[in-house]
Amino acid sequence: MDLALKDLGEFIATSLPNEVTATGLVHGELCINVRRDAIVKVVTFLRDDVNCQFKVLLDVCGVDYPDREERFDVVYNLLSMTHNQRVRVKVRTDEKKPVPSVVSVFNSANWWERETWDLLGIFFSDHPDLRRILTDYGFEGHPLRKDFPLSGYVEVRYDDEKKRVVYEPVKMAQDFRSFDFMSPWEAVDAPLPGDEKAEQAEDSASQEES
Amino acid sequence: MAEKHIKNYNLNFGPQHPSAHGVLRLVLELDGEVIERADPHVGLLHRGTEKLIEYKTYAQALPYFDRLDYVAPQNQEHAFVLATEKLLGIEASPRGQYIRVLFAEIGRELNHIFTVCAFAMDLGAMTPMLWACEEREKLMEFCERVSGARLHMAYFRTGGVNSDLPDGLADDIAQWCETFPKMIDDIETLLTDNRIFKQRTVDIGGLSAEEAMDLGFSGPNLRACGVPWDLRKSQPYDVYEKMDFDIPVGKTGDCYDRYLVRIAEMRESLKIIKQCLADMPGGPVKTDNHKITPPSRGDMKNSMESLIHHFKLFTEGYHVPAGDTYTAVEAPKGEFGVYLVSDGSNKPYRCKIRPPGFAHLQALEFVSKDYMLADVVANIGSLDIVFGEIDR
Repeated sequence: MDLALKDLGEFIATSLPNEVTATGLVHGELCINVRRDAIVKVVTFLRDDVNCQFKVLLDVCGVDYPDREERFDVVYNLLSMTHNQRVRVKVRTDEKKPVPSVVSVFNSANWWERETWDLLGIFFSDHPDLRRILTDYGFEGHPLRKDFPLSGYVEVRYDDEKKRVVYEPVKMAQDFRSFDFMSPWEAVDAPLPGDEKAEQAEDSASQEES
Repeated sequence: MAEKHIKNYNLNFGPQHPSAHGVLRLVLELDGEVIERADPHVGLLHRGTEKLIEYKTYAQALPYFDRLDYVAPQNQEHAFVLATEKLLGIEASPRGQYIRVLFAEIGRELNHIFTVCAFAMDLGAMTPMLWACEEREKLMEFCERVSGARLHMAYFRTGGVNSDLPDGLADDIAQWCETFPKMIDDIETLLTDNRIFKQRTVDIGGLSAEEAMDLGFSGPNLRACGVPWDLRKSQPYDVYEKMDFDIPVGKTGDCYDRYLVRIAEMRESLKIIKQCLADMPGGPVKTDNHKITPPSRGDMKNSMESLIHHFKLFTEGYHVPAGDTYTAVEAPKGEFGVYLVSDGSNKPYRCKIRPPGFAHLQALEFVSKDYMLADVVANIGSLDIVFGEIDR
């Protein structure tokens, strides 16, 4: 299974050398990184090529990495029922740069892209109907971004005097608690004071040898 | 007399309509009684599950999955624990895998009895629903006996399940398996050859296999279109590989076929439940890797190591190596996928939930167009829409 997927990855990379930037297997799943402006071409190829036959687009979603220059990953999960294989296609973008919509290739992309726009604010160009889908009418902001607070900005209640629902800024009776359970001894990238000396010692040792 | 142009009629269906199956607001454009356009407005039940999960440890995130598709909660948990196990690179203990499959199939029965009968009630048949609720109650009692909760079990764990089956439960489930086929037969006598039911469902909302794939269909709705695709067979997880069962497929993909596929799937599910009960091995119900699963109470009294493990697990939780995975299970409604991204910490960095119903509801306009207003109700019922999972 893994071998067949690896071969498929290489086949896709050689067939579309200018569009595919990287392929790889992660936990036995094929993952392809693609240039943003080539996504429609790649997805069409994956759907129509005899060796691919990825006829079902299961999911489109975004992942936010705020520290990166192009902060968003847009992830497309495709399934080939003919070959019983899955592939994951990733493109990078940021708040400004639009991703070409794949609705022309897969009708199922319509709502998934609307959802990605709604929750992360990734703009899809040429989308037939890019409205918000999951959040409230008139909602502002994109809640799944990492800089959007978990509590949100507004809360809703029924006002008995006005006889209607009113929106107000969030009032928290208690501060939001985020427990830091990370053990200081296992923290991934927290150098302890003095750690740098070990590297210096190695450097000087290797210099002496030469 | 001059011809008169009649403007199309806009109808607001829901959000509090009994056959909207929850909180669906559907804006319909009607030409007389014929559907021109159907625009579902979803999100009225949006609770921000994906955002909340990013702030919870892996163990704390699990119960949120029960609240997605609340008609069959176990199957969602199954997807999440499988995704976590994949990132951790561990496998559940054999007995744990059997128990998970057993309860996943009980979840499928729970879902299909309810869906079929709620669908029938939408079309005016009251009796099946009353029978279904009685049967569901028996199944939910099994869930309660094993986990303490009738509905939101929170029973599956990374590496197995929380606790072993209590004494006598296996026998009671086996006994229920003997009585349940009679119930399916009874429901079928009321519906399958019922003239009114057939008039409302046959040739309503049908679509071809290509159209279904293009619209992202999965599960019974896809199989009703004649595609023999079931993740339990094609990409088996846990012990489905060892199970002997068939995949029922339909022909036309209309409402009636979707109903028939579900009825047939209930009988197939029953086969799996029986096999699980017969073949279930002994042994622990979860892995003995105590970095992932808590040690037993007895060990904690005697071993310092166990006490440390217990404390660490219930404060910090376990760390999952960085990476991402898309793991899917065959939930009763279709392919339920979890795209899990880990950054190496004790909380998921991103957990995208792929509910099958989202794609099915999206297709509502496609399957309802040019049919009558009453057929929209048949379509919603037979597509098996539940808003917990669609709105997340």
